[in-house]
Amino acid sequence: MIHAAVLSGFVLAVFAPAIQRRWPKAGSWMLSLLPFGLAVLFASHIGEEPVRESTAWIPALGADLAFRLDGLGLVFALIISAVGAFVLIYAGGYLKGHRHLGRIQCFLLLFMASMLGVVLADNLVALFVFWELTSVTSYLLIGFDHEREKSRAAALQALLVTGFGGVAMLAGALLLQQITGTLSIEGVLGQGETIRAHALYVPALLLILLGAFTKSAQFPFHFWLPNAMEAPTPVSAYLHSATMVKAGIYLMARLSPALGGTDWWFGLLVTGGAVTMLAGAVLAFGKSDLKQILAYSTVSALGMLTFVLGIGGEAGARAAVVLLIAHSLYKGALFMAAGAVDHEAGTRMIEDLGGLRGAMPVTAAAALGAAVSMAGLPPLFGFIAKELFYEAAEVHPVLLACAVATGILTVGAAGLVAIRPFFGRAVQTLKHAHEAPSSLWLGPAALAAGGIVFGLFSGTAAGGLVAGAASSVAGIPVTAELGLLHGINLTLLLSAFTAVAGVALYASADRIRPLLRPVVGSLAWGPAGWYDALLASMMRFATFQTRLLQNGLLPHYLRVTLGMAILLIGVALVRGTGPPQKNLLTDVRLHEAVVGILILAGAFSSVRATSRLAAITSLGVVALGLAMTFVLFGAPDLAMTQFLVETLTVILLVLVIYKLPAYTQKSSDRTRLRDAIVSVIAGSLFTVLVLGVTSMQLAPEISDYYIENSEKLAHGRNIVNVILVDFRGLDTLGEITVLSIAAVGVYALLKLRPHKEEPS
Amino acid sequence: MNGFVVLPLLIPLVSAASSILFWRRRMIQRWLGLSSSFLLLGSGLLLLYTIREHGIQAMQVGGWPAPFGITLVADLFTGIMVTLAGLIGSAVAVYSVANIDARRETFGFHPLLQVLLMGVSGAFLTGDIFNLYVWFEVMLIASFVLLGLGGERKQLEGGFKYVTLNLVSSALFLAGVGLLYGAAGTLNMADLAVKLRNANEPALVTALAMIFLTAFGIKAAVFPLFFWLPASYHTPPVAISAVFAGLLTKVGVYAIIRVFTLVFVQDVAYTHGLILGISALTMITGVLGAAAQNDFRRILSFHIVSQIGYMTMGLGLYTSIALAGSVFYIVHHIIVKTNLFLISGIVERRTGSFQLKQMGGLYHASPLLALLFLIPAFSLAGIPPLSGFFAKFILIRAGLENEEYAIVAVALMVGLLTLFSMTKIWAEAFWKPAPNEFGPRPVHRTMWAPAVALAVLTICIGFGAGPVYELSEQTARQLMDPTAYIQAVLGVSR
Repeated sequence: MIHAAVLSGFVLAVFAPAIQRRWPKAGSWMLSLLPFGLAVLFASHIGEEPVRESTAWIPALGADLAFRLDGLGLVFALIISAVGAFVLIYAGGYLKGHRHLGRIQCFLLLFMASMLGVVLADNLVALFVFWELTSVTSYLLIGFDHEREKSRAAALQALLVTGFGGVAMLAGALLLQQITGTLSIEGVLGQGETIRAHALYVPALLLILLGAFTKSAQFPFHFWLPNAMEAPTPVSAYLHSATMVKAGIYLMARLSPALGGTDWWFGLLVTGGAVTMLAGAVLAFGKSDLKQILAYSTVSALGMLTFVLGIGGEAGARAAVVLLIAHSLYKGALFMAAGAVDHEAGTRMIEDLGGLRGAMPVTAAAALGAAVSMAGLPPLFGFIAKELFYEAAEVHPVLLACAVATGILTVGAAGLVAIRPFFGRAVQTLKHAHEAPSSLWLGPAALAAGGIVFGLFSGTAAGGLVAGAASSVAGIPVTAELGLLHGINLTLLLSAFTAVAGVALYASADRIRPLLRPVVGSLAWGPAGWYDALLASMMRFATFQTRLLQNGLLPHYLRVTLGMAILLIGVALVRGTGPPQKNLLTDVRLHEAVVGILILAGAFSSVRATSRLAAITSLGVVALGLAMTFVLFGAPDLAMTQFLVETLTVILLVLVIYKLPAYTQKSSDRTRLRDAIVSVIAGSLFTVLVLGVTSMQLAPEISDYYIENSEKLAHGRNIVNVILVDFRGLDTLGEITVLSIAAVGVYALLKLRPHKEEPS
Repeated sequence: MNGFVVLPLLIPLVSAASSILFWRRRMIQRWLGLSSSFLLLGSGLLLLYTIREHGIQAMQVGGWPAPFGITLVADLFTGIMVTLAGLIGSAVAVYSVANIDARRETFGFHPLLQVLLMGVSGAFLTGDIFNLYVWFEVMLIASFVLLGLGGERKQLEGGFKYVTLNLVSSALFLAGVGLLYGAAGTLNMADLAVKLRNANEPALVTALAMIFLTAFGIKAAVFPLFFWLPASYHTPPVAISAVFAGLLTKVGVYAIIRVFTLVFVQDVAYTHGLILGISALTMITGVLGAAAQNDFRRILSFHIVSQIGYMTMGLGLYTSIALAGSVFYIVHHIIVKTNLFLISGIVERRTGSFQLKQMGGLYHASPLLALLFLIPAFSLAGIPPLSGFFAKFILIRAGLENEEYAIVAVALMVGLLTLFSMTKIWAEAFWKPAPNEFGPRPVHRTMWAPAVALAVLTICIGFGAGPVYELSEQTARQLMDPTAYIQAVLGVSR
């Protein structure tokens, strides 16, 4: 069942462009039927026992395509499919007539299916697979407006930052496997104590948190998220507020029973979350672009989620789940409403907007409903979320202060996005604004209504859902008796204070916001600056390194190659017993010495020669010396061959150089000296090696067999010939091939000349 | 009995020889080349099937018993490699129909390709170290002539660097063979394995091993011996680059893995540790080299270098899982890298250039091409669920198991940088608006077909990672314990 639910999205995605093309108007509505259906399917599972399904993938490595639908997965799956359905409809209206509408629907569906995979996977590898797929689809969606350089850069930034976290997370997951011996998430969760006591716990935790923090835009990795607003609004609403950016939150929530409850966990999550929620809230209040405000307030909300997960316990788990649901509802609605404003009024800058409630009443109502939830005012679901948020933060006054500060700033930001554009003095906008088509207001209206329904009837509508999910997060059964009224207590007082302070903040927004500008600038620059600097220095180093290594000069290549050979061989020899101790001169006879000196003299003279002819003749002397050696050591047939070959070579070369231009010395003395040193070292090393191997004498050589059987079995008296054509005939076949191909090559080189104007 | 072991040599040889008989009859040569490539693929599959069913196959050429004659021997590693050679040969032979111009075809492209495939297959099949040298020479001359075929200036310039540096490798290899023969008195690799096991001078054997590491390292294009590769691979027609990219360096990797699992296993801590270090540097320098390029094929060429590091990483770790990772990586890489080169050719046909600056607009103009590029590009970068992800996954797991955290970190970060490079091509060639108008230029379906087929294979390897891993794992076990190999060659267990 879960397999089918996840895979159906991938299948429909393939057909989405065709459907969209065939039914340009109704296509989006038709596509949304699948996520609606999925939402209904998931909803029917509320309150039921977890279901697990598994298909083997690489069983030998423990990587299975396993899924498990439990309380936490259910909440996410519901958000993903329900918001997904509205976003598909919304995209159809928002990008009506766009040449790539079919593609964006395809990517959105691919993303939806991948995201469902992330939250339902019960195997760390499967989770990673879907996780990366969400990054990839996000890349393709952010770059949707692909002809703009900024879109492309933002897409790449998001991909690299989340991709970096992704690989870290993979390493972390594999470390967990080293600790627990399993990649099954259920299996990992069952061994929490083993994991927390293990030496690899801290590295594994850090790596996994790196994945979660980058994906969920936690400080200092948050900067990619506001830049991802380059994507069309439906994408921002879906991926970059409601779902994908919560994948990291999901991961932390999912693994918190196994990894949580330690000082490391508390410290990292609470600190990271607190900084993120405060910085995000300040930045959101300081921005003017509707989408930027929403993006930073998303960052802030993600920080709140990390923060409460870090606090943990029943209160933390409950707060996390309720915040999550509330945020997905109101932020999805606000993004879509902002998009509708942009679509109808032609701008998203709050300074240029005002009084649109008359022209766009439905959108205005939806935005207002969502903003009230965002501000945490009763009777909306956001109010319950904020109450639980404060309750969780009560563990320490400092944390509580951070939470309240965030709450106040959030009220201000909510005012900026929902009151500024729609109320107050009507402003002449770029386009003459009027109400958006139903496809554009349906989504925001539905999600905002969700916030109201969940708020008013929280116990019945959300209680079971929240309890199930919070139990998964806490690792123990958690009850959730949600309601608007809990009597007069500290959190209610703080809520009241937040509301008053928030409204005051909004009222004085025009005076405070300009003061924030320097803060906004520096907070925004810091980490993003690091990204740019890192990328730039990587590129600088890459260019430097490549120029250094691959400089196009063959002599340099040869020197490095030979140098490497010398280094490897030399070190290996030195590491061992050193060069073999053998008295070299005891059994050398006079005529052998003469031949040796002849060879050396030939080599030396060929190097010093000032004409090609002299060099070649000197080389001939070397060859002659070698042939003599063969004679001296009982291989006259080899010597004969060597003589003939060398003579022929010298004659041919002389004929060739006759045609060449005059010889000039091109290398400097320094270069020659350096080359001489390399050559001498290489030569010496090989001499040492030759002396070494002759002293090894491991076993009788195979040559005895040839001597014995050459005539008897192969019917030939010349052993060299028999070896060449019979014992090792295959070698000769190869060498004949080499010669024939060389001939073909020479022929082609001479006859096949490039055309005068060669098209490159 | 098992004479079919020689088929992967015989098929291309017969085809090449017959082609020479039909010199200047390019249609006949073309059909000979095409049919022979597919036959090679078939023989590879047959070989692989037989090895899986009946174990390692050996054949004593000319009936001379090992170690006196030359033994052809095929274990799973050989079977896989020969099959891949047939696959790439077939893909490139089909692609060449529209990609190689008539003049080059007339001047022997097809027989040259067949001889190259013969050299490659020979290197995979031989059980004799000198015979391996011979097949390396066959490969070298065939590839050199192919590289220079057409005689364009940049081709000759690249070809000259290619051949010079590869001749250094040949010289070292030959010297190494001579020294090895001097030490052990045999050339048969199984016999060498037995004899060197009790060598009294371990340091000397390690020094010999280093000669082979350098010689094969040049062929495999590891750091810092890779210069010839980025200097030459972007110069010939795409079909030729593609077959080089797929097969040549992998023969080097094959040779390294073969000798460092069979012959040189005396001082694993040192030699394989060294290989691990070289792997890390190869990955890094390769991927950074790619980041600095702006030519489609040069980016791909540097990535070959970088990816070689992953393949040798498995050998450096020297466990069953790690070697299985290497084998998996090789399978994945050969298919994906060849395909990226094939696609670069299609892009060049559409835009008229290999320069990223000159490209653009393909995302809209050719959605199929965009999809076709993304599959191997993301696979190369290790994006799941494509083949490259599992290849990296296995190696990383193996690295963590060995507690080699540094190499794991390198492998992961290089994967990310590979993604960076691939998105650079994507952004420039596909997303960016086209800098200049290019009319609709039809690309012949013989160029599309192999690219599509290889992309489908990439996906299949991803989804069928289980069976592919099992095969890789069996292969790795044969490599880790060469007893069966030695027994198949020498006939008795020693």
